[in-house]
Amino acid sequence: MSALPPYATTGQRAWYYSFRVICGLIFFFLIAPIVVIIPLSFNSQDFFTFTPEMLRLDPEGFSLKHYRDFFSNDSWQSAMWNSLKIAPMATIVSVTFGTLAAIGLSQPHVPFRRAIMAILISPMIVPLIISAAGMYFFYSRIGLQGTYIGVVLAHAALGIPFVIITVTATLVGFDRSLTRAAANMGADPVTTFFRIQMPLILPGVISGGLFAFITSFDEVVVVLFVGSAGQKTLPWQMFIGLREQISPTILAVATILVAISIMLLATVEMLRRRSERLRGMSPS
Amino acid sequence: MKMTKLSALAMTTALVAPAAFAEDMANEMTLVSWGGSYQSSQDKAYVQPYVANNPGVKAVWDESSAEAVAKLRAMNEAGNVTWDLVDVVASDAMRLCDEGLAEEINHDEDLAAAPDGTLASEDFGDLLVSDCFIPQIVYSTTFGYRTDLVGAEAPTTVCDIFDLAKFPGKRSLQKRPIDNMEWALYCDGVAKDDIYDVLGTDEGVTQALNKLDTIKDSVVWWSAGAETPQLLADGEVVMGSTFNGRLFSAIAEQNQPIGMLWDMQSFDLDGWIIPAGLPADRKARAMDFLKFATDTQRLADQAAYISYGPARASSAPLVGKHAELGIEMAPHMPTDPANAGNVHTYDYEWWADNRDDLDAKFQAWLVK
Amino acid sequence: MSDTTQNGPVLAADGTPLKRSLAKALRMQKLRALMLIAPLLLFILVTFILPVGDMLFRSVDNRIVQEVLPNTVRALETWDPASSEIPDEAVFAALAVDLKAAAEIKVHTKVAKRLNYENPGLSSVFRKSGRKVRKWDVENEGPYKERLIELNDGWADIELWRTIKTYSGTRTMGYFLNAVDMKLGATGAEVRPETERIYNTMLIRTMRMSLIITFSCIMLGYPVAWLLANITTRSANMLMILVLLPFWTSLLVRTSSWKILLQQQGVINDVLVWIGLVGDDNRLVLINNELGTIIAMTHILLPFMILPMYSVMQTIQPTYLRAAKSLGATNWTAFWRVYFPQSVPGIGAGSILVFILAVGYYITPALVGGTKGTFISNLIAYHISTSGNWGLGAALGAILLAVVLVLYWVYDKIVGIDNVKLG
Repeated sequence: MSALPPYATTGQRAWYYSFRVICGLIFFFLIAPIVVIIPLSFNSQDFFTFTPEMLRLDPEGFSLKHYRDFFSNDSWQSAMWNSLKIAPMATIVSVTFGTLAAIGLSQPHVPFRRAIMAILISPMIVPLIISAAGMYFFYSRIGLQGTYIGVVLAHAALGIPFVIITVTATLVGFDRSLTRAAANMGADPVTTFFRIQMPLILPGVISGGLFAFITSFDEVVVVLFVGSAGQKTLPWQMFIGLREQISPTILAVATILVAISIMLLATVEMLRRRSERLRGMSPS
Repeated sequence: MKMTKLSALAMTTALVAPAAFAEDMANEMTLVSWGGSYQSSQDKAYVQPYVANNPGVKAVWDESSAEAVAKLRAMNEAGNVTWDLVDVVASDAMRLCDEGLAEEINHDEDLAAAPDGTLASEDFGDLLVSDCFIPQIVYSTTFGYRTDLVGAEAPTTVCDIFDLAKFPGKRSLQKRPIDNMEWALYCDGVAKDDIYDVLGTDEGVTQALNKLDTIKDSVVWWSAGAETPQLLADGEVVMGSTFNGRLFSAIAEQNQPIGMLWDMQSFDLDGWIIPAGLPADRKARAMDFLKFATDTQRLADQAAYISYGPARASSAPLVGKHAELGIEMAPHMPTDPANAGNVHTYDYEWWADNRDDLDAKFQAWLVK
Repeated sequence: MSDTTQNGPVLAADGTPLKRSLAKALRMQKLRALMLIAPLLLFILVTFILPVGDMLFRSVDNRIVQEVLPNTVRALETWDPASSEIPDEAVFAALAVDLKAAAEIKVHTKVAKRLNYENPGLSSVFRKSGRKVRKWDVENEGPYKERLIELNDGWADIELWRTIKTYSGTRTMGYFLNAVDMKLGATGAEVRPETERIYNTMLIRTMRMSLIITFSCIMLGYPVAWLLANITTRSANMLMILVLLPFWTSLLVRTSSWKILLQQQGVINDVLVWIGLVGDDNRLVLINNELGTIIAMTHILLPFMILPMYSVMQTIQPTYLRAAKSLGATNWTAFWRVYFPQSVPGIGAGSILVFILAVGYYITPALVGGTKGTFISNLIAYHISTSGNWGLGAALGAILLAVVLVLYWVYDKIVGIDNVKLG
């Protein structure tokens, strides 16, 4: 429905516009909870409440104190660094293992393919609380509970299904004769992988990696069990913030993260358009 | 050999931990507490001073007291105790002590005497409810109400909670049977002294649940201490139970239009335990900290940040003004005679025996 | 040479029979595929499957009774639980020995806790007696039957002995029975009294609400996915940011945001009162009930529905629709008979993903669901991190997992797990 054709009837016209309105409302539903936290993060009070001062737009009702708290408070700062140390490592682990396995799975004639697939997808389908408790006991026994490595491994396991799903999806359309052609011309398997296969499945790998990153970055159940106070991540700190202490600091953190994600998403989009322009493609 | 959080990474990669410190006390301790203003009062009153006195020592907070019993059981089973001192309520301390998960303490030897020489066991008196428990504070679970939303007449008794006609609107109660069952029976005409006898029978449980049924549709159930103050601030509930210190900070520090209803407040204790089975160096550090953190002055200092009564008799005269607001703290203490007119004495022993059973019945009632 | 090719098997270039050579190549291929998969398989087995298996094993594990009360269990072998007599002195003497040994290392409370799940009140009998028996001489201070009963008359209760006898094995079905609101009595499985029934209700509620959430996601996700797939890539990418933004925002933050929006003094009610749709004194109850959970969870899971739908719809050729219309189909017929069937795999992929994720969530329902809008996962979390009844938590988890696995299997049969696409 790129545009309404000039010969559209009144009914079609009405449907066209009401459909757009419906979609607009759904987008509004998606975005409203995020929009609402932004003004509240500037609340001068320590509650998640729109105060009368805020509604009157009285400057008294607003303050930056929750932002100051985030940047000056040691526990928030160390939580942020922990998150930034854990999520990328977990992502690297799951993307590396996951991509290799997805390539293996996409070969013709893989024995026990269904069973293997089910095992690899399992971290996504086992209810999180069961995984968390199980990991807690098992990791304690092998000395991984309460360590950085333990949290990274646990988060990597949770991210793997996303990598497997996205990469196998891109490999479905992969033309196997390309690798054969490369091998024919004397490329060894490693070169073939990095020069031929990797660039083609890269979008799948990146999107799987993003899912894995977000899984770790936003994960609170498993880290509460597998981590100890030294690995307190941002979601953990937010969880405490919600439970034990009324502090809109978590809204300030969320606002900062939303701003960063908007910038990231916009940058990606801009880069994509730029590369399209450079390659002489017109945006479809 | 000591294992700090910082060296944990180095350890797993190098597989060998260097015995960097030859002292017999560990240099890092993980303190488990409740977070929020309570934890910050502990931090200001004795953790920061202790760290200042002992350079090189690092204290890490873990806000897991709410799950302390289950987690300590799991740590014990896995043989991997990562906590050094755990702040728990008295009944949890008793359970942990019974199960051998907490270290037994010789109160007189291990803790500081009062300035006048009174032994610790005498100074703490009746509050030493368990051999493993070192009490810090007396707190209470009581009610706060929105002064502007309850109408012309403020609630005066706990039974006003059950009076929907006089005080319409939602109320918040803790999502557990403890206290709620007792209040329900008390307001259903059971004499204060008979509450636990009645609650011990199936009919008594039914009676309490039936009483709670009368307000069930108007109850918002909370499980974390921060919820009731937030609900009151939003005007989402007109009255609700929570810990008295939370209400104090909402009223005095946040200037919320909230009033206190002290009637039938439920006293409880909160204090430290040391997990059983710590390595010698960590235990030595924990004991050293404990002696400092529970002395007369430190407990009195804590009361300058939060309205909980210090557990030592000798600390009471030292309680002064709020450290930041400069208001007298004594009238805000749950133990103040003006507030403690009609109190509910919570029976630890009874709950230790019946908790699992009543929890199951209460949970089943909740989802009905 | 020529006669071998005529009579013998076909040979490959290196002279081996072609059949064998092909089989060898196939084997190599399989081996290479497995070599690529092996590291991850091993990784998942160690970091995930073993821990989960270990956890689920707790749902049948009952070694604690034999470990703590070995003599008592042996002595009880000859006692008939159907009789109306409590066991004799030999059993009590064995119990005294066990109890003393256990109390010295404080493990009697563990068995007390275990048995208390099956027979409430039993815990205090063990705890109170343990404290005293610790100081006894258990060799020659009998008779122990009278002494123990004198210490605590709970020991004279035949139900206590039936419970110990019933749960003296190292494996138990007790937790699973409890998880379906039954219990193992002396005469076999029986239904629990009505006041203690809870888990069946919760399981059904979890399934019903997850279905509603999945359905809401389909209804909201389909139009958006359709729009995204049928506008220019440039606009689609811009709108995609609106879909991904919530996805990138912390779950905890989105949930608290819904609290701010939905509560009675919240933004939505304020707006409705302001425009006069509802009166100030009968504001809508949108939170702390099923509705709250459904709204918040639909929002949280919607991107998981839109992304697979979108990727399927992108592959549907718009020419099919035009062809249908040029053949005289109305807009609706063209959509319903041509477009919709092709988009079904997307709906399937999204639905299974949303449903599976929904049944496992517990933080959001705990925060916005009140008592009517919580899931079975909330009870699992309660048993694992609060009540400490890990066996029951594991049994409930195993049941939930079984349901999810059946769904996964059905899905894999019908759609195939390879057809799930995320973005």
